[in-house]
Formats: sequence, structure tokens, C-alpha cells
Amino acid sequence: MVSLRPEPFGALAYHFGNRRLSFLRNHDMVRVVESLGAHDSVADALEAAGVERRRWPSFEKALATLESSEMIRVRA
Amino acid sequence: MSVHEPLELNVQSGAAPAVLAPNGRTTIPVITTQPPAPKRSTLTDDMKRGLDAPICLTWELTYACNLACEHCLSSSGRRDPRELSTEECFAVIDELERLQVFYVNLGGGEPMLRPDFFEIIEYAVSHHVGVKFSTNGTYIDAETATRLASMDYLDIQISIDGATEDINDPLRGDGSFAKAIAAMEHLYAAQFGPFKISVVVTRNNVDQLDDFAAIAARYGAQLRVTRLRPSGRGADSWDELHPTMDQQRQLYHWLKDRPEVLTGDSFFHLSAFGEALPGLNLCGAGRVVCLIDPVGDVYACPFVIHDEFLAGNVRDTGGFTAVWRNSELFTSLRQPSSPGACGSCGSYDACQGGCMASKFFVGLELDDPDPECVKGHAEELLAARVPGTAPVPSVDHSRPGIERTFGRTGVSIGAKPQPVEARVSEPATFT
Repeated sequence: MVSLRPEPFGALAYHFGNRRLSFLRNHDMVRVVESLGAHDSVADALEAAGVERRRWPSFEKALATLESSEMIRVRA
Repeated sequence: MSVHEPLELNVQSGAAPAVLAPNGRTTIPVITTQPPAPKRSTLTDDMKRGLDAPICLTWELTYACNLACEHCLSSSGRRDPRELSTEECFAVIDELERLQVFYVNLGGGEPMLRPDFFEIIEYAVSHHVGVKFSTNGTYIDAETATRLASMDYLDIQISIDGATEDINDPLRGDGSFAKAIAAMEHLYAAQFGPFKISVVVTRNNVDQLDDFAAIAARYGAQLRVTRLRPSGRGADSWDELHPTMDQQRQLYHWLKDRPEVLTGDSFFHLSAFGEALPGLNLCGAGRVVCLIDPVGDVYACPFVIHDEFLAGNVRDTGGFTAVWRNSELFTSLRQPSSPGACGSCGSYDACQGGCMASKFFVGLELDDPDPECVKGHAEELLAARVPGTAPVPSVDHSRPGIERTFGRTGVSIGAKPQPVEARVSEPATFT
């Protein structure tokens, strides 16, 4: 189970299982993470959140980091 | 945050999150394809401005304790009749759940002396507030260990301050080492999993660091070492027990070589030796950490139980939330602070001036260098102190009539302390 807690700088994400804590230090990043479930792909989510294409690589990298800490996962 | 525990220094500038392991160790993502971005604040800057709720909250459940450790931060011993009731504890947990405080560090005193201890921890974990509790281990027998092992979202931290009885017991009381080891045996046998062994580093145990690591390995535990503060009863023994400069350097290198050892980020003042230690290298008091004491008083951190750092009480209108968000004290701690005398030192960025509590209780000003400044900048100030002028903790629940081994009121170092049971004038049981 993962919780997102809003903060002035973005959000804190906490995984109750592995007890990891992540800092999402960007409000766009928070919106993207929150909306992942409503989209079929990361690209769709980034597009819908209005993230400029030149910023996509950093978002993809950040999402990969969140995946490696089990904060998010590829939908089955 | 250990404090507060899982925090870290973050040097990234992009959108990537910093990921923290449960042990407070960090994986900092390296971003190689960074698009040009406007200059933004670091995570350290964000932390200094304070969070909407603490990340790391310490909550001492009772001042009652069966031991009388000489360096007890909360000067514990006797229960306070004003301690929060079970219902009031539940109300605090409800608030923490609303604030999304993901876990609390419960302590005391000895928290297991509360008859409602299990009720409280079970209420917390079922309300999405994970629990880590600190104990001296006395009350963990085989049956209790089995019960603890059956719970989710629970961490246990057993305290020892020596890797052998002859180093541990003079500080923590006769028989305390054997009791702590017995608790570890029980948790191991009950397959609790990786509990934590918590050690306060002193002049007398710094040479045992490898031995502590070996004890942890024996029980599949994680070693956690933290800094001795001159807080609570520790004020009396600090001069005698805090590590020497050579020992601080020894500790720094030992920690650099062992990133798996937890520290609660408490040794950030050592970062001025060179490369920063992992973790949040700044004082989190009132910004990302705080303390709730057994009577509901909220202090800036676990090491400053003193009126000067009292922000409010959870029984006040608005509860803990109002204290955290609006108290005058916490608001002021989140303002930019002057580096004071440290401003001209090239290492200020590394140590941020050190620990507020340590300065306060040895009688230094808050913008003075840390009393254990690794550049030696506090040495003259410490030498110039007038005995008896340092602040005295406002709250003391020590049992009367207990002799000290260390410090100004005690007998000489190395003298055999009397058995704890023979020295207590009042039972420590929770009534």
C-alpha cells in the first residue's frame, strides 16, 4: 500500500510494505503519478498532464525510480 | 527522523524523486539527461521551511521506567499522573492518520510499562500509522515476542550501550545487558524479522562498534548508532561520556565504510570531516521532526525537553495539528537562521552549525558552534563555561535516591553500581 501526502514542494510518497519514503519535488510529477491509473501509457499521462516533451526524459527517469522502489508498477 | 529516521540530503535538480529505504539509506537517482530548468531549491531548503506534517515523530508514551540510564534524554523513572489516557492516545493517532504521518517512533520511559501498550500500537497500525518502538527489552518474553511477530507495520528497537555487560551496565543498570540480549533471543526465536539494535555512542563504547555489528548480525538485526546528547540526565554525564575528537574521527570513518548502519541522521556534525554522511544533514527540529511527551506536550525534538522548546500541547484547542502548523516556536524554527559564529567557517554547509539541543544544554548560544564541532571551534567556549550556569531540564521524572556512576553527582567512574532494584524507592510499575 502506497500513500501520497501533499507538501508545499510536491508530495511525499510512502510505501507501508517496504517502508520506503520518496520525495516528489515537483507538482507536475505529482499530477502525473496521480493520473497514471487513468491512462494506458506513461506517454498518455504525460501528454494529458501537459508536460512539455523536452521534459519527458526526466519524468520517465523519475517514474522508473518510483517503479524500482515499488511505489508504482506496470499494470498487469 | 529518528528522529527521525528516513531523511536524506538530496542534490538533484530535476523532477526525479529521491527514494529512501526504510533504514534511512538513500538511493539518489543520477540524472544524466537533464533539460534546462529554472534554478530551484534543494530538498534541504524545502525541509528547512518545514513540512505540512512531521515525517518523523517521536512520541514518548510514559515517563515510567524500570531502568535509570544515566544519559536518559527524558529523565525518566516515575510515571506522571497527567499522562495521556488510552482514549487521548487514540485521539492523537486519529489526528496523525488525518495528517498522513506514516509512522511514529514510540518510546518513554519504557513504553511497554503502559498496561494499554498493545492497545495503542494495535490501534495505530490499524489506522495506517506504522509503529517503531524503543524498549530496553525487559518485558519481551517468548510469549510477547510471538505476539509482536504476528503484527504488521511494526518495528522494534532494543537499546544497549555496551557490547558487553561491563560497558553497558554501569550506564544502564545492573542486569540490563542480559535482559536486552534475552529480548533479542526471543524476537529471533519468534522470527520477528530484522529488528533494530540501538546504541548511543560514548567514549566508553566507541571501540566496540564492530562488536555491536556482530551482535546485530547474530540476530539478523540492523544496527543503529546515535549521538549522545547532553539532554535530560545526560546533562550530568556528557562531559565525561561524549566521544573525544579522535574518537569522533574514528566514528566518522567507521560510518563512511558502513552505509548499512543506521544513524537517525544524528551525526551530521561529523560531515565537516569531509564528505557528507548519508542522510539529512541539518537540524530537523520543528521542521520535519518533533516530540510528543507523555503528558501531551509538544517539543521541537526528542532532545529538547525544556520550556524554551515547548510549542504547545495536544490537549490544546486544535490539537497536535494546530501546534505543528501554527505554534510560534515552530514557525520561528522554520525561518532562515543566522549561521552566527559559524558563518565564517568553510564547513558550515556541511554541518549547518550542528545540533541545537547539544548547544543548549551545555550552555552555549544557539548560533555558537556545536559543542562537538570537529574543527574544534567550540573548545574555547566550552572551557570558558561557568559551572552551574547551563540550563537545567524543566521536567525530571527520575526516581529519587538513585546513585549515579557518571557525572558531577556521582561516584568515580568504574565504581560498581548498586543493583537497580536495591536503589529504587518507589515501584516503577504503571498504575
